[in-house]
Amino acid sequence: MMHDFAVRIGPVGFRVGSDWRAPVAALADLYRDYPAPQDGIADFTVRLFADRPWRRFIRPRVMIGGDYVLPEAAPLSLRHGLLAAEMAMNLQMALGQRRFLLLHAATVERDGRALVMTGESGAGKSTLAALLMTRGWRLMGDEFALLDPESGMVYAFPRLISLKNRAIDVMAAAAPGGRFGPLLADTPKGAIRHLVPDARSIAAMETPARPALILFPTFGHDDAAREVSPSEVFVRLTQASTNYVSLAERGFTALTRLVTTVPARAIDYPDTERAIARVEALWAAL
Amino acid sequence: MGRAVTSADGRLLARALADPASTATLDGAGWQALLAMARAELLSAALACRLQGLPMPPAARRFLDDALASFEQGRTVALWEAEMARRALAPLGVPVVMLKGSAFLAAGLAAGQGRFVGDLDIMVPHEAIGAVEAALLDAGWEWVKPDPYDDAYYRQWMHELPPMIHRERDRMIDVHHTILPLTARPTPDAAAMIADSVALENGLRVPSPQDMICHAAAHLFADGDLAGGMRNLWDIHCLIGEFGTEGLAARAVQHGVEAAVARAVRQAGLLYGTDIPDRWRVRGPLDPLFTRRLTARDGWGREARPITRQAFYVRSHWLRMPPAMLARHLWTKWRKRGQPS
Amino acid sequence: MTSRYRAAPPGAIVAVRLDMLTALYHRASGQTHLLASPAPEILDALADGPLTADTLLDRLRAAYDLIDADAGALAARLEELVDTGLVERR
Repeated sequence: MMHDFAVRIGPVGFRVGSDWRAPVAALADLYRDYPAPQDGIADFTVRLFADRPWRRFIRPRVMIGGDYVLPEAAPLSLRHGLLAAEMAMNLQMALGQRRFLLLHAATVERDGRALVMTGESGAGKSTLAALLMTRGWRLMGDEFALLDPESGMVYAFPRLISLKNRAIDVMAAAAPGGRFGPLLADTPKGAIRHLVPDARSIAAMETPARPALILFPTFGHDDAAREVSPSEVFVRLTQASTNYVSLAERGFTALTRLVTTVPARAIDYPDTERAIARVEALWAAL
Repeated sequence: MGRAVTSADGRLLARALADPASTATLDGAGWQALLAMARAELLSAALACRLQGLPMPPAARRFLDDALASFEQGRTVALWEAEMARRALAPLGVPVVMLKGSAFLAAGLAAGQGRFVGDLDIMVPHEAIGAVEAALLDAGWEWVKPDPYDDAYYRQWMHELPPMIHRERDRMIDVHHTILPLTARPTPDAAAMIADSVALENGLRVPSPQDMICHAAAHLFADGDLAGGMRNLWDIHCLIGEFGTEGLAARAVQHGVEAAVARAVRQAGLLYGTDIPDRWRVRGPLDPLFTRRLTARDGWGREARPITRQAFYVRSHWLRMPPAMLARHLWTKWRKRGQPS
Repeated sequence: MTSRYRAAPPGAIVAVRLDMLTALYHRASGQTHLLASPAPEILDALADGPLTADTLLDRLRAAYDLIDADAGALAARLEELVDTGLVERR
């Protein structure tokens, strides 16, 4: 028996089928202000299923399935079902997205221009994007930036913002009126809590933006900034893109145009306030 | 809520491929089921080719356009892999025959339209295997680290070298010297396949049409557990549509695969309405069971009918190896699994 | 028998100069390469037709101010290009 849910996020529609009610109920609640897939047809199908019939009830664990799968992926326990659903949607995009070049980046927008923050996982991109959202920027996404090869514009993909460990407390303080998902303790990556993008970000999700600045933030002890050359940006972005190869020449065109027309900076930051100040200064200097 | 959708099976996909205009009556849920099935059966791009120009909801159009883009990129990569193999093997002067999807793409066949291709499969004369292996290793291919038991088994009994992968491009190549395992019951005439192969402009070769159908049928019914069967049957349907069945029966006898070919042609007719002469349409009692296995896919893209699938899985191993060998092979595999690494 | 080297024809390659490196998309393979001097110059020199290694070296010396202007280094760069498939040895 399937419980199912469907949602559109930016230009991409998903449907999620589940052997259990709980993950679907959590999705339906957190995404309640989002539209449905266009024409009732989802671009990607996700399935959350029990690999053995008794696993639906006894120490239930969630296997991730769908249009695109990673064989050998480890299941999650049912109490982390919401995380499984979010990971599964990420996986469909990572393996199946063919229209837009995917950049692994957190993106915010102001005045029709996009700030694309990319780099290693754990560098704090999601947290910075969420904080900038509370400071008047529109959130376009915290996981993927969608680059349109034909126009060079960045399209929004505003999923639930994934906050880990310390960032949960930071955002609870910074966004007291925000809608948060359940606290998921003891996941493979520590504690995770999702933050729903604000009403303005949801309402504007179909509006693209012109990329204006590429940022490589690194959290640490320093407080510094340097220019990043086009070839370095090119290499780092292809490494961070899961579908560059799949997009063939369109991907090449999109990425070479991006790195030759949009400035890039690497910043080291000791705390989020310094990072935000650095961002505002770089933005003003554009 | 999705009940109507989950009761659909692979025949929804078969009907859309065989009769594209029939999709005009689909609603949103119907399209969703069709597209999910097509993706699961690796037929999304073939469906896109068949439905080109027909009216459909914009979301379905986008889905199918994406499938075509995937296909085009996959086609480029597959043909390039063939070209690099050609460059590595040209100095040897031996015939190199492409098999399966790569052959359909290289020869521009109808069966290649929308065909996703994974590994590069080639067949060379048995006596050239050593030289071919050396040339590929020299040109950057390397072994996909098998364990010594598997390696010995492969070389002695299988129809191909142990798998190789290219160091830089990360793509696999399978080098065959015949088309079925030496332990399997039918024993095809590999020399005849090579002798009657057709040369392409670049010097690579593809099998004759009858041999391509024999190969596809042999693998579908004599070697596999029918997983991916809808796609293999679609290949056969396209090959018959392009080349007919002239000379097919005789060739099947020559390769010892007449039962597989007869069943494949019949099943293609049942599933896709292939235009075949009446003498090919004689029904067998097991045909409905095969159809059931082939169409075991639901509107969520799940494999359905687990009992039917399990029966076919056991059957496929039985066909690959005589029972005594199968028992020994499985025992050795089980025993090794228990050993500390 | 001296080998000749043949490059993919100009229409088969899309090149974008980034900075010290040139990004190259090879249409026949779907691969992207990042090349440093003298690789782009080698491909340009081979654009009009196949050449032996010696002729290629002479052309490059005459046309460019090369860093690796000796036969051994050129042979190594050529081999790298052959491995990528951008150049074929016949």
